Amino acid sequence: MSKKAKKEVQEKEYRKPLIKKRKPNRSIGGDIALYVFLALVAFVMAFPIIYAVSSALKPLDELFKFPPTIFAQHPTLDNFSDLFITMGKSWVTFSRYLFNTVFITAVGTAGHLIIASMGAFVLAKYEFPGAQGFFKVVTVAMMFTGYATAIPNYIILNKLGWIDTYWAIIIPAFASPMGFFLMKQFMEGLPTSLIEAAKIDGANEWKVFSGIVMPNVKPAWMTLIIFSVQALWNNKASTYIYSEERKTLVYALQQIQAGGIARTGQGAAVLVVVMIVPIAIFIFSESQILETMASSGLKD
Amino acid sequence: MKEFFDKYVKLRKHNAKIAWKKAKRAKMCYAFLAPYAILFAMFFIFPVVASIYFSFTYYNILESPRFIGLQNYISLVLEDDIFLTSIKNTFMIAIITGPLGYIMSFLFAWLINELPRWVRSVAVIVFYAPSIAGNCYVIFSVFFRGDAYGYVNAILMNMGIIDAPILWLINPTYMLPICMLVILWMSLGTGFLSFVAGLQGVDKAQFEAGYMDGIKNRWQELWYITLPNMKPMLMFGAVMSITQAFGVCDVTMALCGYPSTDYAARTIVTHLFDYGYSRFEMGYACAIATVLFLIMILCNKAIQALLRRVGT
Repeated sequence: MSKKAKKEVQEKEYRKPLIKKRKPNRSIGGDIALYVFLALVAFVMAFPIIYAVSSALKPLDELFKFPPTIFAQHPTLDNFSDLFITMGKSWVTFSRYLFNTVFITAVGTAGHLIIASMGAFVLAKYEFPGAQGFFKVVTVAMMFTGYATAIPNYIILNKLGWIDTYWAIIIPAFASPMGFFLMKQFMEGLPTSLIEAAKIDGANEWKVFSGIVMPNVKPAWMTLIIFSVQALWNNKASTYIYSEERKTLVYALQQIQAGGIARTGQGAAVLVVVMIVPIAIFIFSESQILETMASSGLKD
Repeated sequence: MKEFFDKYVKLRKHNAKIAWKKAKRAKMCYAFLAPYAILFAMFFIFPVVASIYFSFTYYNILESPRFIGLQNYISLVLEDDIFLTSIKNTFMIAIITGPLGYIMSFLFAWLINELPRWVRSVAVIVFYAPSIAGNCYVIFSVFFRGDAYGYVNAILMNMGIIDAPILWLINPTYMLPICMLVILWMSLGTGFLSFVAGLQGVDKAQFEAGYMDGIKNRWQELWYITLPNMKPMLMFGAVMSITQAFGVCDVTMALCGYPSTDYAARTIVTHLFDYGYSRFEMGYACAIATVLFLIMILCNKAIQALLRRVGT
């Protein structure tokens, strides 16, 4: 008992100087300069976004005012309501576009989460021939995602007969290397003893995976979900899907935006609607994403 | 010689046998990996292989591919001036925005690292937001409007630096710099998050030890302690930067038009789109994609070699 108490006292003594003392190599002047610099940069970074939001709140006459104002003088939500009216008038209804996006995003993300975590689990926690090689290929493939593979992908999807169906977007999203990579790196941080203990208790691989590993990697889940939702939400799907009734919300919104000068106000509203979803998701899950990103490093 | 060869074969066979035995025991692992591996192979490996294959053929989707050897590559280099322009533009963008964006990501992650927790969270949101803000970058076409309504023109005219508005997004001289500016604005992406998280994970005790060993200023701290600890994240960030720097197309298409004046803002990817989706010359488009893959891989190798020397 007394030994334990003594140990605690010692630990406190060790930690105290770390918190109380000012760190060496840091000056107050330097800190102030740093804050000023960061504030300036933050303003520059945020300005286009602030401007986009404030334009969306401007009534039409203010949008065309000369000289232009940066902030809305009489903020209104007219642009947003106009946007919904326009959406309501298109022959494919707003709810249909929304359904398309939600369906693609939900199914794509759920499938990606399950399939990628299963693969990541064995790659992180077991050794078997081919594991290392496979992971190397995944890291290289992270570079190739997106536009460069769009054309051969089109040919493949065409052969499979998936062009102009939701699957053209959903199934490739299952295999996105980014989420797989982050999941694997995060799972590597799990103590192996946890898995071994469960195995001794007679759990099979599936039980270990669903009962032990998955509940312990929730931050990585969130990160994977968020990256996947961001990618699928912004997916315009215009190359793989050409039927208007299967197109996504973002595509429809950007069509309105392309409607020229008469739709300037609505266009500004579209910008805000499109960007608000990923940013909002990020704000709510920032700490979990950062926790996952801590294990994102690539060793060579 | 023959003896040596036999020995080699024997060793190989032996290794394969052991691997096979291990693989048999790890059946469960393959079963777990299979769904992902199959889809990944289908949509991420096979496309690369397919595009290498199609790059040696004439293929327009309607007819079956016809083998034409290196003809696509020869036309790319010798006959296609626009491709050379696109290569030049892509390299210009990549060489400037790639390293700069990468350094900015690290610099800002490093600068906000020691701020109080809540300030740091806000800073991360502000810096990261542009890269996920959908197509918010089109707002720059308002700033750089060609008439006197554009903010940049208006400011420059008020200050008396120019006397007539500049057609920022139509004049080839200004197109690329403006695109680069916008790309830099969006460059604090996934790599930045990785840096922020990585810096938080650097062991504080190492700094204490560093002070004892006579580290005098923040730069020495950065070079001798922080950077070596961050190597894995730096590698990851490099991969992200390369993808971003060579994959540029959205921004140039949205700001400068597609096609842009004199192809001054054409990149490899827009060139690929042109041949793939507008002219349906898939073989030719695949040759362009193959060139892009090669550039990316070589670039990644070069950066890895460079990063190995950090902190030495």
